[in-house]
Amino acid sequence: MLKLENISFEADGREILKQINLTVDDRFVAITGPNGSGKSTLLKIIMGLIAPTSGRIWLDGEDITEMSVTDRANRGISFAFQQPVRFKGLRVRDLLELAGGKDKKGGERFAHACEVLSEVGLCAKDYIDRELDDTLSGGEMKRIEIAMAAARGTKMTLFDEPEAGIDLWSFQSLIQVFEKLYQETSGTIMIISHQERILNIADKIIYLKDGEVLEYGEGVRVMEHLDSDIRPAACSVLLNTQQAAASCAEKR
Amino acid sequence: MDAIQKNLLKEVAELDALPVGAYNIRSNGQSAARNTTASIDIVTKTDKQGIDIIIKPGTKNQSVHIPVIISQSGLKELVYNDFFIGEDCDVTIIAGCGISNCGGEDSRHDGVHSFYVGRRSRVKYVEKHYGEGTGRGKRLMNPTTVIELSEDSTMELETSQIGGIDDTLRATSAKLAAGASIIIHDKILTEGDQRARAELSVEMNGDGSTCDMISRGVAKESSFQEVVIKIDGNAACSGHAACDSIIMDKGVIVATPQLKATNVDASLIHEAAIGKIAGEQLMKLMTMGLSEKEAEEMIIRGFLQ
Repeated sequence: MLKLENISFEADGREILKQINLTVDDRFVAITGPNGSGKSTLLKIIMGLIAPTSGRIWLDGEDITEMSVTDRANRGISFAFQQPVRFKGLRVRDLLELAGGKDKKGGERFAHACEVLSEVGLCAKDYIDRELDDTLSGGEMKRIEIAMAAARGTKMTLFDEPEAGIDLWSFQSLIQVFEKLYQETSGTIMIISHQERILNIADKIIYLKDGEVLEYGEGVRVMEHLDSDIRPAACSVLLNTQQAAASCAEKR
Repeated sequence: MDAIQKNLLKEVAELDALPVGAYNIRSNGQSAARNTTASIDIVTKTDKQGIDIIIKPGTKNQSVHIPVIISQSGLKELVYNDFFIGEDCDVTIIAGCGISNCGGEDSRHDGVHSFYVGRRSRVKYVEKHYGEGTGRGKRLMNPTTVIELSEDSTMELETSQIGGIDDTLRATSAKLAAGASIIIHDKILTEGDQRARAELSVEMNGDGSTCDMISRGVAKESSFQEVVIKIDGNAACSGHAACDSIIMDKGVIVATPQLKATNVDASLIHEAAIGKIAGEQLMKLMTMGLSEKEAEEMIIRGFLQ
């Protein structure tokens, strides 16, 4: 169980997160909200990639606020970056074996890594010896990043916008990866997403706006809130476009 | 051969026992073991220190090992090894030098390797330099490699020096005839107060010749590295050089690219980058359970692999 207690984060005099209080004990939690609402910051604070300005973080009753990224990773938190990091010289195999776990034997790690790579739609034998450099496309890097986080199979896996940079066809297989991770581990998946298909399968949705949690609850209820909060804005854009088009037509 | 010498041999040539095929093992200034085959001859020079390696035309899928090991503190030597590779060959040459210096005097090996590669031949050359020992005496190496590639021949070089050598000047130069190609992968890691200078120079003199040079360096602690990469395009040719370096602590790296074209159809490209290990790379590996130090080691190992 993850507990966030009065988590705030400020940068350049701006409040990115405002007194966030959350208790996450569900298995699949989606985080959504407009750009700049603090979603990625929240996830990075949980992983320890950035430190909160104030507040405490608890994982299974243990205060992890001061804990390093490494210690949190070894306590069972994994993180898939929105923009995967490239490495000159390191190969897909190197990182997937690392993700496969130190306690497994080389052969087992390799087999597990290949399996996860295939699940994200990349043929293991074609990719396992590729360098993680700019010879891989953004979409390929993204799928490898997701495979690495999933391969760790930890009690908490954080995905920062996994759909960004992924084509529609690959996205379907990604949903299966999340579902399999859900079935095979007893852990929690927290995932930042704007995709309705992800939001629909989530046990609960956190709706963040301007650094505050506006909603945290069952999908249906939050989706209703989203409808009233976001869709009118989209409609007004559409309306303006239609008005502009009509105005142009009149001039002609 | 004692345990120190055996270990040096393993480090520079990955040999636990005598290799298969032709070889010449030089230990503390003397030829310790030699084998020739029907198509590869090794002859001791009579006018100076060193050997001639003569590979008959048409020799395929054979290898030559010529490691040099020095465990005697204070030994200094200048050795000339000339390789005469006939036409239509396909061979692998494994060289390398290991110095173990536990004494107070400097040990030094200067090796000059010259390659004359016949038409249509393919040569793979692997050279590894290694130093160890706790003595005050320095471990010094200055390898010079001179290459002449005939028409349509190919040479691939993998040269590396991963720590242990206090001072080095590594000079590699090649002249390419029409249709010849060369690939050079050079890797170097310096630490402590070590200094290293590498000069890689390729002249493409024939149409259709190509070169690809990739230099990767890591300078740790207070070490200093300088790499000069020169490509001359004197024909309708294409050349590419990439020089990537990581600096750590108080390390210093100077990278100097130099491209010269004397023919309008010469296409030459150079890329150079120097920087520290990116924080996001460390963070990524730390999210997978590595400590910062382990992450750093993994990134450097990958960069130089």
